[in-house]
Amino acid sequence: MTDRNQSAASPALELSRLSVAYTVRGRDLPVLSDVSLRIERGEAYGLVGESGSGKSTVALALQRVLPPNGRISGGHARVAGQDVMELGAAALRNMRANDVAMVFQDPGKALNPSLTVGRQMAEVYEILGASGTDAKDRGEAMLGRVRISDPTRVMASFPHQLSGGMQQRVVIAMALAKDPALLILDEPTTGLDATIEAEVLDLVDTLRQEFGAAVLFISHNLAAVASLCNRVGVLYAGKLVEEGPARALFADPRHPYTAGLLRCLPRAGFKGGPALDNIPGFPPVPGSITEGCVFAPRCGLAEDRCRTEAPPLYDVGNGRGSRCHFHDRVDDLPRMSEAPPVNLPERGPNVEPVLRLEHLSKTYKLPGNRNVQALRDVSLTLDPGETLGLVGESGSGKSTLANLVLGLAEHDAGGAISLDGTKLPASVHQRPRAAVKAIQIIFQNPDSALNRAHSVKYLIGRAVSRLAGLAGKARDERVVKLLEAVRLTPRQLPAKPRQLSGGMKQRVAVARAFAADPRVIVCDEPTSALDVSVQSAVLNLLTELQGERHVSYILISHDLGVVRHLSDRIAVMYLGRLMEIGPARSVLEGPHHPYTEALLSAAPTVTGERGTRIRLEGQIPSPVDPPTGCVFNTRCPRKFGPICETEEPAFTADDEGHAIRCHLPRGKLGRSPAPELAAASQGGAA
Amino acid sequence: MSAAAGTAEESAAPPPPQKARSTPAILMRSPGFLVGAAIVLFWAFCAAFAPHFVPYDPLADDLLETLSPPSAAHWFGTDQIGRDVFSRVLVGARDILTIAPLATLLGTVLGTVVGLVMGYFGGWVDAIVGRLIEVMLSLPLIIVALMVLVALGPSTSTVIVVVGLVFTPLVARTVRAAVLSERHLDYVPAASLRGEGALHIMFVEILPNIWPPIIVEATVRLGYAIFTIASLSFLGFGVQPPSPDWGLAIAENYGVLVGGFWWTVVPATVATASLVVGVNLVAEGLQRALAE
Amino acid sequence: MQSAFGRFLVRRLVLSLLTLWLVSVVVFLGAQVLPGDPGRAILGPLADARAVASLNAELGTDRPPVEIYLSWVGDLLQGDMGQSYAYRAPVAPFVGEALLRSLKLVGVIFVIVVPLGIGAGVIAALNAGKPVDRIISVASLSLTVIPEFVSAIALILIFAVILRWLPLSATWPDGAGPLVQLEHLILPALPLVIVLFGYIARMARAGTIEALSSDYTRTAILKGLPWRTVLTRHVLRNALVPTITVVAAQTGYALGGLVVVEALFRYQGIGNLVLSAAKAKDFAMLQAGILTIGAFFIVATLVADCLTVMLNPRLRAELGR
Repeated sequence: MTDRNQSAASPALELSRLSVAYTVRGRDLPVLSDVSLRIERGEAYGLVGESGSGKSTVALALQRVLPPNGRISGGHARVAGQDVMELGAAALRNMRANDVAMVFQDPGKALNPSLTVGRQMAEVYEILGASGTDAKDRGEAMLGRVRISDPTRVMASFPHQLSGGMQQRVVIAMALAKDPALLILDEPTTGLDATIEAEVLDLVDTLRQEFGAAVLFISHNLAAVASLCNRVGVLYAGKLVEEGPARALFADPRHPYTAGLLRCLPRAGFKGGPALDNIPGFPPVPGSITEGCVFAPRCGLAEDRCRTEAPPLYDVGNGRGSRCHFHDRVDDLPRMSEAPPVNLPERGPNVEPVLRLEHLSKTYKLPGNRNVQALRDVSLTLDPGETLGLVGESGSGKSTLANLVLGLAEHDAGGAISLDGTKLPASVHQRPRAAVKAIQIIFQNPDSALNRAHSVKYLIGRAVSRLAGLAGKARDERVVKLLEAVRLTPRQLPAKPRQLSGGMKQRVAVARAFAADPRVIVCDEPTSALDVSVQSAVLNLLTELQGERHVSYILISHDLGVVRHLSDRIAVMYLGRLMEIGPARSVLEGPHHPYTEALLSAAPTVTGERGTRIRLEGQIPSPVDPPTGCVFNTRCPRKFGPICETEEPAFTADDEGHAIRCHLPRGKLGRSPAPELAAASQGGAA
Repeated sequence: MSAAAGTAEESAAPPPPQKARSTPAILMRSPGFLVGAAIVLFWAFCAAFAPHFVPYDPLADDLLETLSPPSAAHWFGTDQIGRDVFSRVLVGARDILTIAPLATLLGTVLGTVVGLVMGYFGGWVDAIVGRLIEVMLSLPLIIVALMVLVALGPSTSTVIVVVGLVFTPLVARTVRAAVLSERHLDYVPAASLRGEGALHIMFVEILPNIWPPIIVEATVRLGYAIFTIASLSFLGFGVQPPSPDWGLAIAENYGVLVGGFWWTVVPATVATASLVVGVNLVAEGLQRALAE
Repeated sequence: MQSAFGRFLVRRLVLSLLTLWLVSVVVFLGAQVLPGDPGRAILGPLADARAVASLNAELGTDRPPVEIYLSWVGDLLQGDMGQSYAYRAPVAPFVGEALLRSLKLVGVIFVIVVPLGIGAGVIAALNAGKPVDRIISVASLSLTVIPEFVSAIALILIFAVILRWLPLSATWPDGAGPLVQLEHLILPALPLVIVLFGYIARMARAGTIEALSSDYTRTAILKGLPWRTVLTRHVLRNALVPTITVVAAQTGYALGGLVVVEALFRYQGIGNLVLSAAKAKDFAMLQAGILTIGAFFIVATLVADCLTVMLNPRLRAELGR
């Protein structure tokens, strides 16, 4: 693109034995130790790791913006050949102005709320010496290059007037404006919907080629990294444990940690398939393991040597490295979990559905006599022992539906919720105890769902006494049984939530939901607040408990892998309406609704393969003023005529119970290729 | 599923809890808190026991020794009617340290209840009570207190009730904000889903989580209660003569300040200042420790 | 945007009027209903019942409360604040003059304290954790809680009695020029400056620290902007908006503190007026004075809210909605 990129022989980024320590209460905690890596010009490098692995610290250290208590304790970081440790104030500013740019996780916070986008864009060019009007013109042109259709309007807007996806485009435009040698992306899509995430990832990929910038992509999301990066480094407890070309590394990991992570991911197969594997234990506290391999305490291959001798980064060929003494035996890594028994729902003419929703709607009043229909005319049934997956972008009405079922919000008149054939009052406060205890929930975030003032004993015990009506000894016995069912022990009874790990907290939440023989449990993103290695254990636990107790789940998740793994049936929602519902296999493999097709296409896969990518144009319409006809028509890639804008499609089921709200005949609707992941996955069989 | 996974997870130590040091331990290392606590304890001790050990009866006048400067007999001199200033200052802690904590307690308890109700129920309850609070806060505290005390006549119990009531909206505002940030956490709907009523959710679920801001607010309020009550006494609407109360002593004697009789006023001002600063240092120390 | 702001302004004005009305009710209840029998309260428990009755008739307090309230409000709307019992004269001129004097004093206070407080807060934030910050923080924290009459005594001793730099009396000779007036007002202003300094400095410090640690500041640094530009354009702009609200809210507080300061310095402002009316049980004067203070505070918050909204584009959008 420019002379700089072509003439410079030095790599965009070179870290050699970089170590960073934070001082916490007078003690030095090593957050990164001896991290060495190279990113060539124009290359996309992915740095993956779970929370606390030190991956974000890399980005801060190499730009010298560590928090006041952090310092580079050893090694070097060179950006485009310059050692950032040795730069004076002016040279450092110069490097930041020219050579390196960063995109943070939350674009809403990265933009100054009281300046217009135009002012903030122009600033970048002004530092480089452009005049006021010139800077503004170039800023506007840059917004065009990140595919913003109306740059003039966006330039005049304040950040809060833009959607999340649009804000992230602006941040990316600001970053690329200086034509940097290195672009750092730190979890750039974490808060965004899958469809928007796909757009942003596509955009970064295209722009990377246009600008020739090297990319350092930091993420916990293996699939997102796989879809964007040439090479990948895996960080664990501040050490780079494995490195190599993305495809090869994910297809054939040479470190037991990487292998374990991949086996934890729900990737292929449907409900009834093999259980997910997990990685036992917890990541170590920084600095707590001074001898041997940092992964040894959790490793299924560990031998005595691993506990005494720290492995070097072995060269395992093809440009790959692994910090494992037994990198050639990773395929022998034993499974850490056994397959749980899988329960299939009872169906048939004689089986009454446990839950029946008829014509549920929910209207919220807004000031100024306006209404929002958060949910519109949803009818569905749930069989005993069945899992119904609920998918859709934010604002699609998934959570509203869950709240109506639970009675936390009251549905509009005209709808009905029946449990075992009996109609329920709309509000939980009016429902009889038997109905309250029958419908429970597992929340997304256990930190929020468990009252931090109470002990585990109180948290579960109170639910048992209120819902099961037990007291005294009977209650205590039930509490212990529940704890054991979720693989905790009575030793945890007196603990407060903050003394437990994330996975343990979620187990307590699961135990509480099962306090009094529930019939239906709403699982609201039950694993999205957890790291991958912990997530699989919770998913296995849910499967196992369903098998034992014959409970039905309503599973809300944005992770299609999780939905695929657990669900018997899947419902797809958009703008408060059901767009499609049917058996999991039929919905996922098709023929399916164009919206479902787009959602599936947006989800990145860990093999890095991109099928026919379908991208949705435009913003999600406001539910205050939904489109006429088919509500999806404004974004639909398959829109074929005026009927889409005037008439709402019928929603009728075929004999499998598969219903699609689309005017197109089934023969013309899209299908997904057979599970594309099967070939490369080792945890699952197709 | 895996017994193996279960046991492995139990044997591995979970990451250490977030708080490595307990709140008392942090407080014990905070110099500001320790100085503040020492000052407050000193005056509390004087309030309780000074009458037993001061050299003179703080109320006994001696018309032969009026306005005598500090001396061996009268360490801090005597006032306009010959009372011993040293004895009066030590005993003078008594009224303020009885009235101010009681007023604070009243304001904190009422404010907590009002704040919990506003934050938990929201809607029109919150809107109406919020409007009333705004009305109360749009008149300076001291003026509201003055108005009521004029109407009802100054007495110790009236001062306690008035200051307590005037503080109620301030505490309520803090508690309401704390409740609102708890209200959106999922443990609240979780409690509804096991059939808990509003009282249980407010007092058993939410209240234990908002103690820290309430404690800090109460300590801050105590400082302002001392401030307000001393000012009322100074204006003649608080503690009544012949009490050796500091605000009252200053009001009685500041007229002779220009004449050079500084010792009649300075000890009481230093005492008042030290007490409010001491309470405030304790409040600040608590706030920092609880935030850590 | 402009019309959204207009709608906000109208709604905010209506709310202010509602508050003002409620304040008038509170003041009326406090000054007229709570004392029970105003005539008795003025003349004392030993007075003759006929004298009390005739005084009540003279004050108009023998009528039912609602009627008294309505006629009070009706008169107020025509600019008549009632008759002072103590002075046997209309209240309004007294209130007007006193308010003018108090506003002069408040003006001096804010001219001193606003730049001082904001400056100290920003300096403390930029040096967070260092000795400068500790000194400013401890000073602002401690000074804030010292009652005005306590610091006033110290200031009088130092500046008027020992050093003799400043006049002790707040009241200037008739016909004195602005500079002489200012000289007389500095000493009475300082106790409130001391109290308000702490509030403003702490707010400015907190706002600046929050802005300094924000992602947008980090983004600005990583753009390679000079530190001065980062500070003025990105940090202070966002940091100081909340401080404005505090300054306005403290105006109301300052009016409360004026009661003490004006009494101490024998300055005939609104605070002293309220205090003397209270001591003389001159209920008409008391009512009028307190209502004036309430109205002033309501106007100050209204102005602050409008400023905050004008300076913060996000609020501008939200509130207009």
